[in-house]
Amino acid sequence: MRSSLRDAGHLIRPAVLLVVGLAVFLVIRAAVVPKSFGTYGHYRAAFLDTARAKPIHYAGQDVCVSCHDAEATMRAAGKHAKVACEACHGPQAQHADDPSALKPKLPDVATLCARCHEKDPAKPKTFPQVVTAEHSGGMACNDCHKPHNPHL
Amino acid sequence: MEMTRRDLFRIGGKLLVLASAGATLEQITGAEPAPEAYRMADHWWGMIIDIDKCIGCGSCVRACSNENQVPTGYFRTWVERYEVPEGYGNPIVTSPDGAINGFPLPKPTNLKAFFVPKLCNHCADSPCTQVCPVGATFVSPDGVVLVDKEYCLGCRYCVQACPYGCRYLHPETETVDKCTLCYHRITKGLTTACCENCPTQARQLVDFKNPKDPVHEFLRNNKVSVLKPQMATEAKVYYKDLDGAVR
Amino acid sequence: MIPGVDGFMYPNEVELQWSILIVLYPFITGLVAGAFILASLERVFKVEAVKPTYRLALLTALSFLLVAPLPLQLHLGHPERSFEMYLTPHTSSAMAMFGFVYLWYLTVVLLLEIWLDYRADIVRMSQTTTGITRLIYKTLTLGSDNVSPAALRIDDKVGYVITVIGIPSAFMLHGYVGFIFGSIKANPWWSSPLMPVVFLFSAMVSGIAAVLLLYMAAMKIKKLPIDMRCIDTISKYMFYTFVIDFTLEMLDLVHRTYEADESFRSLDFMVHTRLWGSHVLLQIVAGTAVPLILLAATQLRRFSEAARKVIYVIACSLTLIGIFAMRWNVVIGGQLFSKSFLGYTTYKMDLVTREGLLPAIALMLLPFPIFFVLIKLLPPWRHNEASGD
Repeated sequence: MRSSLRDAGHLIRPAVLLVVGLAVFLVIRAAVVPKSFGTYGHYRAAFLDTARAKPIHYAGQDVCVSCHDAEATMRAAGKHAKVACEACHGPQAQHADDPSALKPKLPDVATLCARCHEKDPAKPKTFPQVVTAEHSGGMACNDCHKPHNPHL
Repeated sequence: MEMTRRDLFRIGGKLLVLASAGATLEQITGAEPAPEAYRMADHWWGMIIDIDKCIGCGSCVRACSNENQVPTGYFRTWVERYEVPEGYGNPIVTSPDGAINGFPLPKPTNLKAFFVPKLCNHCADSPCTQVCPVGATFVSPDGVVLVDKEYCLGCRYCVQACPYGCRYLHPETETVDKCTLCYHRITKGLTTACCENCPTQARQLVDFKNPKDPVHEFLRNNKVSVLKPQMATEAKVYYKDLDGAVR
Repeated sequence: MIPGVDGFMYPNEVELQWSILIVLYPFITGLVAGAFILASLERVFKVEAVKPTYRLALLTALSFLLVAPLPLQLHLGHPERSFEMYLTPHTSSAMAMFGFVYLWYLTVVLLLEIWLDYRADIVRMSQTTTGITRLIYKTLTLGSDNVSPAALRIDDKVGYVITVIGIPSAFMLHGYVGFIFGSIKANPWWSSPLMPVVFLFSAMVSGIAAVLLLYMAAMKIKKLPIDMRCIDTISKYMFYTFVIDFTLEMLDLVHRTYEADESFRSLDFMVHTRLWGSHVLLQIVAGTAVPLILLAATQLRRFSEAARKVIYVIACSLTLIGIFAMRWNVVIGGQLFSKSFLGYTTYKMDLVTREGLLPAIALMLLPFPIFFVLIKLLPPWRHNEASGD
């Protein structure tokens, strides 16, 4: 019995190596895995806070309306009532935070209006759309239509 | 002095009572953590899209790009333009730059045509989170599929597993990126950038857990579908009047 | 119009995500699995004839297994985070579980089996060499110098058990890679229960072909005679395995064509156009049909020794090219078509970027210097065989 153990003794060594390796791995694991991992599921719960903390670029029309009374009233009376201010004026959260510091640039009228109103058979039939080349004889859209209330 | 076992128990018992009293006191008088304004358990986010209202202007794509600093050439949301022939021939589909600048002047056509806005469907049973080897992408408790860019390896297995093509590898962070349903906005009571800027309200953010949310009426009163229902991903973006030709 | 794109693709699909490095990876692990199965033919199934290649096959497997993770590391956006797969493995992810299969196979199967088989030689060399070499061998003995007949008998028994465990482990090693693709329902070119089986059998074929070629090359270099009975037997097993592999691939093809589901037209078009060269010409004709015909010929008719050697070299080389083409067609092919089934893109392979052609070639060549070092350290030929030195 003792002799056969002696002859198998060398097998202990790779076994020990394996166990030591496993132990080292478990120690590293305990130290390195992020603490919030697994709180809600198989992920770092701390990331949810990071995801929520990203900067906001669009203020939202409610914010614009709270200052720009005149334009808001005009808009509310016309067909663009539900069109967000920033859809045309671009992201204005920075401007809302510090109005005098950043003044929004006025968008290029021709490109802007055509994006929505250029005639396209894929657009809903009831949506107001024109063939701009034939519609205005080269005049800019806002020569006739006031953007905040486009009704003529 | 010789300690008997009874002495030990008596002393131990007193210590125990003292310790628990102290802990209770701490609970009562210690500063309570400020209640979280946003509770994940109260929400289950999704989106509804009305195909008949979409005009293909691309405002949503621009808005998303600006709000989320999406790198050029990659898309968290995009709009497709369909022209569908009769019968079983393939539809003609275009999406120039994801429609970030809308669509160019169309060629005249008699075919049925419409626009389809697309984004991550924030699937409840998402195949993409299933394959992530490390848990970098996951479904949040409030139903939003997110990617932890501090943890992602950039192996792109999830990109392969998404049936909808909504994921991409961010060229700068070299991690996978995609629509986050503007998680940083919706958790603050705002709507997503795309829904905010859609001029026709074709896209609307919805919260299934909110009993007053319009989604309940929307789903009950309309013929709705999700993209690729055969994939059984429990997609949470519902389309009204989605044509069968949509891929 | 996007350059390289025909028809419509979802905007994020145009760029391929998995490059030639990901083609390399299943090819390399396939060679490992195949080489090991060949080794087990002798050890477990007592096919005496292939004994001359036993140690060679194990060392081949080890050389390639050590290189296998490298293409993956090079491909990752953040290779420094790859250890996360061991720290927080997502149990629903085949990729994560594969990390453990790899580790298990490397340590408990391959390294242990090699150690047990070579122990007598290692101990002897730790006593007869000098300097740094002696130190290396002494470390490899793990501190034990017991090479009594009883100890060696125990080694043999344990080695046998490990080989037996090693066979399903080798199946897992490469079957898992097949499952990584086969379980993706989003991709109809990949999604199939046949995928792990096809991968496994093609792996076995490629591994056997690789060992056969390496054996013939090694014997040539060492100016030792090639054991014809050995290579005749090996090529016989390669032939049988290849027949099974071919049957499975044909089954997949016939099934697809017959059922003709929504993906069929798009995939069919892709095979006839973008994959014509790599799939039809390289994989099917040159890589499968020709080797099968050559090997079948040797089974049906008695060729001369010289002729057989030439046939085996040609057949094995074509086989390896064909199996590589198969990996290419699966990985790259699976990303060339749009999931809308309305369009196709092109794979732009750069030359010297991180995932370019040159790094891929370098990685493919890396196992050979490793193999060279291994056969110098652990000569596959028994002490009394190397009489030509």
